[in-house]
Amino acid sequence: MIRRYLREWSVAAATLTLLLLLALVKPQFFSGQNLRDILVTKAYILIAAIGMTMVILARQIDISIGSQFAICGVLASLLAKWGLPLSLMIVGTLGAGALLGALNGALVAGLRLPSIVVTLATMVSLEQGIRWITGGEPVRNAANFQWLGLGQTAGEIVVLATSAAVLAAFAAGLRWLRAGRAIYATGSDPEAARLAGIRPAGVVFGVFVLMGVFSALAALLNGIQSTQGDPTSGQGLGLQAIAAVVVGGTAISGGRGTLFGTFVGFILLAVIGPALVFLQVEASWEKAIQGTIILVAVASDAINLRQRRNVGASLAAR
Amino acid sequence: MTLLSVSGIAKSFAGVHALRGVSFDLLPGEVHALVGENGAGKSTLIKVMTGAHRPDAGRIEMEGQEVVHNTPERSRALGIAAIYQQPALFPELSVAENMALGFESGGLWRRIDWTARRTRAKELLARIGARIDPDAPVSALTMPEQQMVEIAKSLGGRAKVLIMDEPTASLPEHEVGNLFRVVRELKAQGVGIIYISHRLDELYALADRVTVLRDGQSVATRPMKEVERPELIRLMVGREISAIFPKREVKQGDVVLETRGLECRASGIRGVSLSIRAGEILGLAGLVGAGRTELARVLFGLTPATGGQILLGGAPVSVRRPSDAVELGIAYVPEDRRRHGVILELPIAANTTLAILRRISKGGFLDFGRENALAASYVEKLAVKTPSIQTPAGNLSGGNQQKVALSRWLATEPKVLILDEPTQGIDVGAKAEIHKLMVDLAERGLAILMISSELPEALGMSDRVGVMRGGALVGTLSRAEATQERVLALALGHGEGAAA
Repeated sequence: MIRRYLREWSVAAATLTLLLLLALVKPQFFSGQNLRDILVTKAYILIAAIGMTMVILARQIDISIGSQFAICGVLASLLAKWGLPLSLMIVGTLGAGALLGALNGALVAGLRLPSIVVTLATMVSLEQGIRWITGGEPVRNAANFQWLGLGQTAGEIVVLATSAAVLAAFAAGLRWLRAGRAIYATGSDPEAARLAGIRPAGVVFGVFVLMGVFSALAALLNGIQSTQGDPTSGQGLGLQAIAAVVVGGTAISGGRGTLFGTFVGFILLAVIGPALVFLQVEASWEKAIQGTIILVAVASDAINLRQRRNVGASLAAR
Repeated sequence: MTLLSVSGIAKSFAGVHALRGVSFDLLPGEVHALVGENGAGKSTLIKVMTGAHRPDAGRIEMEGQEVVHNTPERSRALGIAAIYQQPALFPELSVAENMALGFESGGLWRRIDWTARRTRAKELLARIGARIDPDAPVSALTMPEQQMVEIAKSLGGRAKVLIMDEPTASLPEHEVGNLFRVVRELKAQGVGIIYISHRLDELYALADRVTVLRDGQSVATRPMKEVERPELIRLMVGREISAIFPKREVKQGDVVLETRGLECRASGIRGVSLSIRAGEILGLAGLVGAGRTELARVLFGLTPATGGQILLGGAPVSVRRPSDAVELGIAYVPEDRRRHGVILELPIAANTTLAILRRISKGGFLDFGRENALAASYVEKLAVKTPSIQTPAGNLSGGNQQKVALSRWLATEPKVLILDEPTQGIDVGAKAEIHKLMVDLAERGLAILMISSELPEALGMSDRVGVMRGGALVGTLSRAEATQERVLALALGHGEGAAA
């Protein structure tokens, strides 16, 4: 068990070391309020990273999720403002996310276009689209929208519980569901998957639709925490999500990785910023350190892979 | 004086002898044909001559001088050029640029003399009588035109030896004459030509001498006019049957798979009608490119048929995609095992159940208990050497990977099993195990279609041998009728009178 998830555990160990260090130097960091704040405000990145994990496992990439996120966020605010019941507002927002994802999926799987180009194009055009619709102005949130009208404490619990439940459900799904196996197979070798009767195009379309739904869910969990729906939010979300996935050990070439890894990758990247604040390091170092972590993660994967190939080759030669 | 001569050339890859003692010589102004079955060593010999492979033993001489440490650059400088079936040009560069690449001196920062390039290209093309615009991008040229550019290019490198590997394979009929004209012209200019082709008619029309390769050895060199076709074929076959095949007579049942006039325009399958009974192994022989793998891909729905019928148990079925084939009980173990037979990252267990995920899951949830039990049973049955069923397939040896690929398809409980080069590139021991397994499977009533480029295997393992050529099934021989000579004669198109 440990050996199989060695990569994930080593990130977890790094995170724990960081936290331990903080505990010694700045025990205040571990106030319940502080930890809860970090998790609640960054939960939306985890949600996006869950979707991104599946996209990357299927050997694709989606850099348009920031735009999807912004659109769904504004749409949610608008729907609430128009007085739609909360349940319909949620369904509508998630549905819109699915549609946006389906657009990417249809272009990538249907027309066999490279996903980086497709999602670059949709990212740019959706970004423009939303500026045009809202005139760049934020949408003031209806009273019952903030914290879903539950008040902050209950609202925060909803955010955390939803994130935890989604994480657990999809981690289990990737491992236990037929669909999960199909994602791994497609990402490892689409042609081999096709030969085994799996339809790679369907899998790819599916992960993009899911990604859209996750962008929408992320937008909801983020949106209910503020007083307005901001059309400029979501910038950089794509990169943050990809970073969490990659740091968590998912191979960018597809087929290898877990949501457990994505979770520890997310935690490591999420606590860095606040930790720096506590250690009174200038905040501008955050990005540099995150960048370094990503590089270290990718480089160690590359080295590991080479070693494993060598082991494989020597086994095969026997 | 001899232009190029090689003697005692040996070369092995990972213990497999590709060449073991080849001697060959070429005179200036001679067309010397090189023939042999699939895997006889022709390609390896060319690669040794052009410096792509370094021989383990033997001597290469160019105009009487020994060539030590042959490299592609060196052989090119000595005037050895090769053109292959598929032209290897840069499609987005112009004809003149393509012809200049690698032959102009000077560093990366030199100024390019465009006028000189163009003039030179024009001259060289004129020398072989090709009317091609030197400024046209190569991608705008037809296949025969591209071939002319390659020939002209090799002349620009002052080629004294021109190796042509199946130059007519991708040419339409009416362009062949033009190629012959160029070959004769080059010959008159004193260029020595090594001409490789499966089309015997061409050899008789062009070649002065012929050398036959068999099992990595040069078995004979004769003046072309003095060898009759049957003798040539006899020289090519007669590969040693090194293994004793564990073939047993199995009681055959009803026809399981039948095709009637199967066509596929995209992959060039033309009117294939065949049938396989339960318990029967139908071998499919033919030269590389004869359409055997293409036929398998049609049967498996990878390139769906555009005409004709596939019948399973007597009823017409539609196979539009691999999942249809799996549902119908057709299994296909592809040729390129390392790439698509198994998924290297996935453990053995997951590889075993990949084609039957639906059957081992309830409501979408995988049943790991069943998966592991199934994988363990196949590991045991097929004697896969592995530390655990959770070992990634990429960590296994080639033979064991092939067994895992087989497990996946046996787990689908198929009625028809298509094996594409089932023992290619695996060691002798594993080969024998796979052969034994095939017989066991046939005994249990499976209909097996086995594609094999190894004639001894095709003959040794099959109840009947179908021979393909040019996308069509040109003959089916019973086990008693099938000899290496007859199969090869059919595969070469000899006996039908036509060299397509």
